[in-house]
Amino acid sequence: MEVQTTQSVIRTPEKFLEGVATVIGPDGRADASHDPKLDRALVKKMYVAMVRTRVIDERLVTLQRQGRIGFHIGSLGEEGCILASAAAMRDQDWIFPCYREFGALLWRGMPLQDYVNNMYGNANDPIKGRQMPDHYSGKKYKFGSVSSPIGTQMTQAVGFAWGAKIRKEDLVTSVYFGEGATSSNEFHTAMNFAGVFKTPTVLLCRNNGWAISVPSEKQTASKTFAEKGIAYGVKGIRCDGNDVLAVYKTVREAVERAAAGGGPTLIEMMTYRLSGHSTSDDPRAYRIEDEVTSWRKADPILRLRKHLETLGMITDAEDQKIRDDVDAELKLCIERAEATEKPALSTMFTEVFKDMPQHLQEQFDECAAGPRPKAQH
Amino acid sequence: MAEMTMVQAINDALRTEMRRDDRVVVLGEDVGKVGGVFRVTQGLYDEFGDDRVIDTPLAEGGIIGAAIGMALYGMRPIPEIQFSDFIFPAFDQIVSEAAKYRYRSGGEYTCPMVIRTPVGGGIRGGHYHSQSPESLFIHTAGLKVVCPSNPYDAKGLLLSSIRDEDPVMFFEPKRVYRAAKMDVPEGEYTVPLSKAAVVREGKDVTIIAWGAMLYEALQSADDVSVQGVDAEVIDLRTLWPLDIDTIIESVKKTGRVVIVHEAPKACGFGAELLSQISERAFLHLEAPPVRVTGWDTPFPYTLEMEYLPLAHRITPAVLETAKY
Ligand SMILES: Cc1ncc(C[n+]2csc(CCOP(=O)(O)OP(=O)(O)O)c2C)c(N)n1
Repeated sequence: MEVQTTQSVIRTPEKFLEGVATVIGPDGRADASHDPKLDRALVKKMYVAMVRTRVIDERLVTLQRQGRIGFHIGSLGEEGCILASAAAMRDQDWIFPCYREFGALLWRGMPLQDYVNNMYGNANDPIKGRQMPDHYSGKKYKFGSVSSPIGTQMTQAVGFAWGAKIRKEDLVTSVYFGEGATSSNEFHTAMNFAGVFKTPTVLLCRNNGWAISVPSEKQTASKTFAEKGIAYGVKGIRCDGNDVLAVYKTVREAVERAAAGGGPTLIEMMTYRLSGHSTSDDPRAYRIEDEVTSWRKADPILRLRKHLETLGMITDAEDQKIRDDVDAELKLCIERAEATEKPALSTMFTEVFKDMPQHLQEQFDECAAGPRPKAQH
Repeated sequence: MAEMTMVQAINDALRTEMRRDDRVVVLGEDVGKVGGVFRVTQGLYDEFGDDRVIDTPLAEGGIIGAAIGMALYGMRPIPEIQFSDFIFPAFDQIVSEAAKYRYRSGGEYTCPMVIRTPVGGGIRGGHYHSQSPESLFIHTAGLKVVCPSNPYDAKGLLLSSIRDEDPVMFFEPKRVYRAAKMDVPEGEYTVPLSKAAVVREGKDVTIIAWGAMLYEALQSADDVSVQGVDAEVIDLRTLWPLDIDTIIESVKKTGRVVIVHEAPKACGFGAELLSQISERAFLHLEAPPVRVTGWDTPFPYTLEMEYLPLAHRITPAVLETAKY
């Protein structure tokens, strides 16, 4: 079916990335002058994590289509910028997520089972089934808590880093958000506070071309999102978000600068949302398929795989094994999650406050004694 | 007449008024070609173009602030907030500005505009896609607050709201959006603001509800009728300014009242309703009035059916009130 969309310009990777420096060239080789010369094991580890993220993502979409989970919002096509930027943070640094960063959370060490439980909102979900799927929280992993309202995490990441700066702790925060979120009040406030107080914060804008149905050029009249830094006295840089080495290098430099007292950096990671906005969205209603096709060729996983090939670090058999392993692990996690009961009724009333006040105790008693609803989710 | 869902009826109301009045514009996130995430504005972009159906940047404060500016200029903006849970970046513009312009300028300026926004739970939306914040807007003087329960009322109330001279919060119960079809007249008709509807007559207990919970109230009325209790059900339709007369008339007849809303109990609109009923009909009450509401907790995901004041909770409350 020919779908008419409002999209007037097709933004191929070539057009989108005009003038942006890359490290991994089309032949898979790293440009020697920009190569961060990372430990090869780290590069391989990032690759494995990206493939795992992809496989999990695809499986979750299937589960949602089958009605086994309620919702999923993923990172298809954005794994490169998410994993490389997470990898570039030091162990003591904190990550404030948007909602597409489950790959970063798993990178930081959350067991896959915990994440799958979150997708089911079951009794073993770390957040007790209180929020929609993909609204995870990972304090243990120095990782924030996802909320849906766009933009709110940005000022919080600035404040967290500011606190550490006041207390002279060597700690940097990073915060993820989409380019759509740069239109929110919070972006401007976060940039302003970060600039004025020179907080050790790395603001990671995933420019994936779309905010649901709104293309990135409709969010701003600026030529780039990175240049918004100028007005706030914050260094702004663009990088090729599908080039893992470029992202790692840019973020790592920003982290080191922040840690050394050099203040915040806004990094615009140029990438592309290959999927719909979420499982609730059908992008065929508003975007031209040719654009998507052009970005499939710029897939960050293919790009890194080509690089690994030039280094003789990956074979087809190995690639298959990475996929098979995560498939098997995932299968088990899903089985366990589906066999797990719902959160206890009490979880609806606990942790509104530290201690349950009288009125909630009364409501809990009333609810527990009362009749149960006919339909349950 | 045509069979329409609430989504179609609201779409039809927008189209009808945009054809009649070229001052009317629609603006919000994703409202353009794609027609909004619930497809309520579908097709309007094609008919009216991008000057009147506007995809904005992602900024609710900007959407409402700009809509206020357009209203001051003399247009009739209809901003959409994608979910009422995301209205809070615009809260300042709504409560400090839109609601106060007429009063604070000595009647010089007014902000006739309709802020449309989906409301309520029961769609597996978790905390941030399920809340019912109506009482926050009722509490701030200067806003009219509407919440239709069916396609016919939705169209008629929306046309009245657009033609009203004051700012209107138009809450659309998303659980009802596509739940059922109903005959809706083509073209123009209005349902007056501030007029409640007695949707089921009865003599024993008055149940007051609106939006998606109206259907739960009606279900309970059916349930209790089997046990010989004759419940009257009132659909408020407009929450503010309130049609208190219809309520008092009913309460004087039944002497018993049950109020149902999805929002938390504390300071929910039910509290105001009960106060007004006590003030005006205290001596007619034959049983303590009861509220069946969301709990005073954030809106949960997995346990949402335990949170919502559905028929399984309303029915025993009605029976108890009737027996008291
Ligand atoms: C304050 C607020 N307004 C609206 C929404 C609904 N919404 C959810 S995601 C989204 C688009 C976000 O786009 P972007 O910031 O570019 O991030 P992306 O989804 O592309 O990663 C919108 C409008 C919301 N969650 N919060």
